[in-house]
Amino acid sequence: MPARLTSDEVAKVAYLARLQLSDDEIGLATEQLGAMLEHFADIDALDLDRIEPMTQPYPLVNVMRDDVVQPGLDRDEVLAAAPQVEDGRFRVPPIGGDA
Amino acid sequence: MAAFRSASDIATAVRSGATRAADVLDEHLARIDERESEIHAFNTVIADRARARAATIDDEVSAGRDPGPLAGVPIALKDNMCTRGVATTCSSRILEGWIPPYDGTVVTMLHDAGAIVVGKTNLDEFAMGSSTENSAFGPTRNPHDPTRVPGGSSGGSAAAVAAGFAALSFGSDTGGSIRQPAALCGVVGVKPTYGRVSRYGLVAFASSLDQIGPFTRTVADAALALQVVSGHDPRDSTSIPEPLPDYSALLDAGVDRLRIGRISDLPTGADPDVVERIDHAFDTLAAAGATIVDVEVPAFGYGLTAYYLIAPAEASSNLARYDGVRYGMRVEAPDTNSMYSATRAEGFGAEVKRRILLGTYALSAGYYDAYYGKALKIRRLMAQDFARAYEQVDVLITPSSPSVAFPIGSKTADPLAMYLCDTYTIPANLTGDPGMSVPFGTGADGLPVGVQVLAAALGEPVMLQVAATLERAVAATAGVTAGVTAGVTT
Repeated sequence: MPARLTSDEVAKVAYLARLQLSDDEIGLATEQLGAMLEHFADIDALDLDRIEPMTQPYPLVNVMRDDVVQPGLDRDEVLAAAPQVEDGRFRVPPIGGDA
Repeated sequence: MAAFRSASDIATAVRSGATRAADVLDEHLARIDERESEIHAFNTVIADRARARAATIDDEVSAGRDPGPLAGVPIALKDNMCTRGVATTCSSRILEGWIPPYDGTVVTMLHDAGAIVVGKTNLDEFAMGSSTENSAFGPTRNPHDPTRVPGGSSGGSAAAVAAGFAALSFGSDTGGSIRQPAALCGVVGVKPTYGRVSRYGLVAFASSLDQIGPFTRTVADAALALQVVSGHDPRDSTSIPEPLPDYSALLDAGVDRLRIGRISDLPTGADPDVVERIDHAFDTLAAAGATIVDVEVPAFGYGLTAYYLIAPAEASSNLARYDGVRYGMRVEAPDTNSMYSATRAEGFGAEVKRRILLGTYALSAGYYDAYYGKALKIRRLMAQDFARAYEQVDVLITPSSPSVAFPIGSKTADPLAMYLCDTYTIPANLTGDPGMSVPFGTGADGLPVGVQVLAAALGEPVMLQVAATLERAVAATAGVTAGVTAGVTT
């Protein structure tokens, strides 16, 4: 297992996850996640080199349906749920910020 | 607590015309009026819609048509199941006020079977928790003792059935979120085989683990509910394309000559009162003719670690969609990045943030192999260990929960202590195998204890068979366990 989690790492992860956290929240998260990762070190005792990873329980691959047009969701009903719309589209603030 | 009518009894009576759906509904709505302010099982009660629906069901019966196998049964749905025209919040501020534009497949199937939805039930936010205390709208209380939690994350659905607000409810189980609250509320709860029940319209938490299942007062009701909601769905690409068995076929078959597995290396940590009931369950099954077989599942104890890396990793990806653009709330900011970050900071609660951080970390460059990659390998080990065990036994028996219902607030300051509630339920989510909790008497303070019955993939019939045997044993001593006895109908 990697070394003890630092608050800088938590701040970086929070940015990657697009979660704006206060310094206090980062401090608490560093402490709590650190304790969890220490608990999770129990798996270091296992020899897993020759074990294949398992991503899902039931091995289905390339599930397709017939290529037939089916009704989709109602556009107005979907847009009604959005915080801001304009001309039948989702409206967002400018993308080029430096956040 | 009074005994309430089972869903099977209600449906039979309504279909035959002996009872009106409207009257059944009124009984349930009256109980909601009486106790809901104390219990808080629901985020939304849709009494008017339910009454209109009951009238339709009664009209169908009068006209000589059969409304279906759940005719007139009042049901409650966990508030992470999409219901067209009815708010679906996941008990999160970020989705507050969202009205889904479609019904989930299970919701449609229940409607087509004649069920009547009375409301949407409270949960830990986005189903992340084991006590329903992580709801943005306040905790649900255990109907057996309102100072205690109902378990979680489907605590509202478990409490709704235990309190007689609904005859049947549905939840989702990602690491035990049906079985653990079922145990703590003294009702039956089933997590079906992964892929048996469609997840279309279930708000995703951890997609390779999530499964919808029922809460009921009897094992027969659980079989009936599974019969209605199971089956292949082209809209869920993980849905299993296999024919359905008759889930009720073996309920009266007993357990003579069945092999019941006892896991000799099961993680310790269950309270003595719970262990005593599990021992009694083995004795009961042995006395009924079953053979108790000791088996080893060495990976069992590593399940918690694997789960708390895999589930948050999948959640961190699934919850990326809550960005203030297409649905739910938005905190305005001058650019998209700061809008996303501010919206998610305000919209998500502490536990959801914790898991998003943990999952993002476990997936991030440099740590992927050490955490997420290893967890996936443990998942494989777990599946192999259970497959070996099921070569020797028909079912496995464990506690559903390490303890009876605990006091509200007693574990909220220590996330890890809360995670340990899932020790016995997690493996079935990792393997995809079915599991259920059946009430089996009481432990400390007279509170319900649940026995977990686990079976191999698609082994629901034998799992229900064993649970029904335990249920009958409890009913035979009903005087001792009155109040938590499943199977007693008025």
